[in-house]
Amino acid sequence: MNYIIGAFKPACNISVTFSDGKSRKQVALKKENGQTVMVPLFQSQETISGKISVEPVSGKKVEHNGIKVELLGQIEMYFDRGNFYDFTSLVRELDVPGEIYERKTFPFEFSTVEMPYETYNGVNVRLRYVLKVTISRGYAGSIVQYQDFVVRNYSPPPSINNSIKMEVGIEDCLHIEFEYNKSKYHLKDVIIGKIYFLLVRIKIKNMDLEIRRRESTGSGSNTHVETETLAKFELMDGAPVRGESIPIRLFLSPYELTPTYRNINNKFSVKYYLNLVLVDEEDRRYFKQQEITMYRLGETSEATL
Amino acid sequence: MIADGVEDEEKWLSAGIAGLQQNAFYMHRALDSNNLKDALKYSAQMLSELRTSRLSPHKYYELYMRAFDELRKLELFFKEETSRGCSIVELYELVQHAGNILPRLYLLCTVGSVYIKSKEAPAKDVLKDLVEMCRGIQHPLRGLFLRSYLSQVSRDKLPDIGSEYEGDADTVMDAVEFVLQNFTEMNKLWVRMQHQGPTREKEKREKERSELRDLVGKNLHVLSQIEGVDLEMYKEIVLPRVLEQVVNCKDELAQYYLMDCIIQVFPDEYHLQTLETLLNACPQLQPSVDVKTVLARLMERLSNYAASGAEVLPEFFQVEAFAKLNNAIGKVIEAQENMPIAGVVTLYASLLTFTLQVHPDRLDYIDQILGACVKKLSGKEKLDDRQATKQIVALLSAPLEKYKDIDTALKLLNYPRVMEYLNARTNKEMANVIIQNIMKNKTCISTAEKVDALFELIKGLIRDLDEDLHDELDEEDFKEEQNSVARLIQMLHSDDPEEMSKIIHTVRKHILTGGRKRLPFTVPPLIFSSLKLVRRLEGQDESVSGNEASTTPKKIFQIVTQIIESLSSIPVPELALGLYLQCAEAANDCDLEPVAYEFFTQAYILYEEEITDSKAQVICIHLIIGTLQRMHVFGVENRDALTHKATGYSAKLLKKPDQCRAVYACSHLFWLDEHDRIRDGERVLLCLKRALRIANAVQQMATATRGSGGSVVLFIEILNKYLYFYEKGVSQITVESIQDLIELIRSEMNGDNASSDPAADAFLASTLRYIQFQKDKGGAVGERYELIKV
Repeated sequence: MNYIIGAFKPACNISVTFSDGKSRKQVALKKENGQTVMVPLFQSQETISGKISVEPVSGKKVEHNGIKVELLGQIEMYFDRGNFYDFTSLVRELDVPGEIYERKTFPFEFSTVEMPYETYNGVNVRLRYVLKVTISRGYAGSIVQYQDFVVRNYSPPPSINNSIKMEVGIEDCLHIEFEYNKSKYHLKDVIIGKIYFLLVRIKIKNMDLEIRRRESTGSGSNTHVETETLAKFELMDGAPVRGESIPIRLFLSPYELTPTYRNINNKFSVKYYLNLVLVDEEDRRYFKQQEITMYRLGETSEATL
Repeated sequence: MIADGVEDEEKWLSAGIAGLQQNAFYMHRALDSNNLKDALKYSAQMLSELRTSRLSPHKYYELYMRAFDELRKLELFFKEETSRGCSIVELYELVQHAGNILPRLYLLCTVGSVYIKSKEAPAKDVLKDLVEMCRGIQHPLRGLFLRSYLSQVSRDKLPDIGSEYEGDADTVMDAVEFVLQNFTEMNKLWVRMQHQGPTREKEKREKERSELRDLVGKNLHVLSQIEGVDLEMYKEIVLPRVLEQVVNCKDELAQYYLMDCIIQVFPDEYHLQTLETLLNACPQLQPSVDVKTVLARLMERLSNYAASGAEVLPEFFQVEAFAKLNNAIGKVIEAQENMPIAGVVTLYASLLTFTLQVHPDRLDYIDQILGACVKKLSGKEKLDDRQATKQIVALLSAPLEKYKDIDTALKLLNYPRVMEYLNARTNKEMANVIIQNIMKNKTCISTAEKVDALFELIKGLIRDLDEDLHDELDEEDFKEEQNSVARLIQMLHSDDPEEMSKIIHTVRKHILTGGRKRLPFTVPPLIFSSLKLVRRLEGQDESVSGNEASTTPKKIFQIVTQIIESLSSIPVPELALGLYLQCAEAANDCDLEPVAYEFFTQAYILYEEEITDSKAQVICIHLIIGTLQRMHVFGVENRDALTHKATGYSAKLLKKPDQCRAVYACSHLFWLDEHDRIRDGERVLLCLKRALRIANAVQQMATATRGSGGSVVLFIEILNKYLYFYEKGVSQITVESIQDLIELIRSEMNGDNASSDPAADAFLASTLRYIQFQKDKGGAVGERYELIKV
């Protein structure tokens, strides 16, 4: 269990325990300060319940105007630091105003919470879920304690999952046809495919398949787009000739991918692309980018990232 | 600049090795601590050294071999890892996470090997996956080595018949498919290598490519080792697929090498059964491919196969091997217009060897081959190409060696026609081969027809074919050649006198064309051959003469006369004289007095008119005397005439000692033991006395000119003649005359101006010893000797 000291003056210790904390899966979460902590994992529609215990520092009493716990879903834009957009906010009152002399435990429960978005840590944006415990005090300032948790939502395999097949080229120079077996991949999926060389007039040195993540935040003129290359996977070494076909088999599991997020709360989107790059002997790059949809497959034995 | 390149390469190689070793070190450490993750990381880094493009194949190989050794250790580790519970399937996935393709594929092949061994998946599936994935390496050199590695690690894991990896039905097919695919891809890469880099280094590249050929060829070897590849499969799948690749790659180097590879690695009976397929591929190869060598190798293999035992021959007949090969050669020659004539002949020579081995009884085939060869040669000048000539000699020698009988070769109509195209020197060489063959095998040529054909064949030796040539001819060689011909003439023999006579006619016809240089060599054997026939006829003369036989000694003597006359133009009188005398003797044996007399006459004419050299005269006169002495056919008159002449010649010799010796030799002409008619003691004595007089004259001349007495040898020689005739009982030779002679000799030897001559002393002593010996022997002769007092 994590005891996180969040208060400025630790007049008391607040700890949050989840009711199925021992059996619930824990995943790593990167904090703002760079530390990685293990936090429980939830999905939408789950009931989040547990106990919150407040233990005054020995011998002192804690006077308060009431204790509450909030479940917050927040989106934080880094260029707009400090501003949180709460897309979800649920409150449970735990105690009426009074004094606490000794350790006191309050049960809480948020039943079947709607958590449509997944926890996400991007370049310019962060989406987090947190339990916020507040001990309100008049003059001394409130004591606030946060407990992060992670939300991941699973999708069933898509009913339609067409392959991506395309012929591209530069006239009289290079014509290729490539095929990826699907357009939608789950996070542990394998991309199978092939590249077929129809015409090769340039001296190709090698060919890579890149996985790129495009994160766009904001809207309108304030849109920020950040593209990261998460994987660079060499497919071919050397110059092929006409008629050659090169196999693709790329396991996605080694890479830190998330599902595709489309227009999350009108704040941001995260999209994935496969970028096929051919490099010739003069280091000129020829590429073709194709979007793929990533999804999280409901799987009980999913390994930790 | 080139030196720099080499130096740089050394540097890059050592850098590569250093990098490889360093990572191998970390890899070992990871292996020792069972750290799979690190092991994969460092092995991938280690293998990254193989991504270099800077090394020549040779140097790259060195680097590869080091990596190979390390990969063996890694494979062992993977195997242990799976026995420790690590899932091989996971491992197979795990290595594919590597970002760089080359290390990834090396690792994949290594794990794949363990995967197959684990039998968790059918071998065929793993192999198929591996060979497919390797397509990612399109760089020729790296691809070749990677696929070679794949071939290396998989060769003991093919799902072959009887292999532990054999799966359900038809898995051999999978094994074959796998190897074929790997072969095809490797060959494509190999062929592509030539297009890499600048054109000016093409030659160097081709050399480097050549060094790599065994990597490609090894696949064919693996194919041949697969148990399950039976004839059926070879015929239906393996060969067509391999040939398809060979033909389609359109590369000279590859086509030549691979065709040769196919021929060498697969069993003979497969070749035989698929001959058509294999041969059909030949005309489809690039025009620059040395198809002739390929075909020659094939035929050589098949010939050896045929030679391995008679039981395989029916196979050859069944598939009509000859017809197919012949056809294929025709096509290849047609397709490759620029093929040098040497190549064409090589092909035919190989086919001929093959045919001789497989169809020794089919002379028509052999003639057909020679005919095809003639056709190809026709319309061309005589060959001056060393290579081609050599091949023609081989072509023509083959049937001789096989049949050990010139007879067979003579039956081949096209044989002489091929020889027509040889230049004079080679023609001669070939003729020599033929003669040597006849000698070695002691072949007897027994009909005039064959003799005619044979002489037509060896005409290079019989006459000058090329006017300009004989100047540069080595005298020794010429003699050698002509001696061979002479020996050959001796080998011509028929038991039938009629035929033999025809043979003689034929030979005569041929040798008379030989010119003055050759006749002295060729005439004598022919004469002796003829005389041999005469002597054979001698016995049956009576019986044969009745039925109008055309072959009588007389007729033969007529020919012989003509033949000897042909020598007159040369001139070699001594030889002709000797031959006349030989003939005379033969005529003597046939009781043909006029003929014999004629021969002697001819000999005398030669002596008188042609033989002027005194030495030659001495030799000839002795020959004449010797021959004449043996003649018994002459009547008194003729004999007198001849002996008279002979003694006359003797007395007219230039040098006195020669005179002396010839004269005393003449004494034998008057006394023949076996002939009562010829016993003229008077004239014997006359001769000896005359000899003595001459010897005396010699002695006086010596004293006069040199102041010392000459040798007494002549006297002693004459003494020996005295003794001979005394022993024979010639009454005119008296004891006194012998004693006087001995006395004379002794006084000459001990005289004032006698010069010592040990040889003479010894001669006299042994002569005296002989007298004593005869005395001691007793009997009638002994009694006569007893009378001589020494």
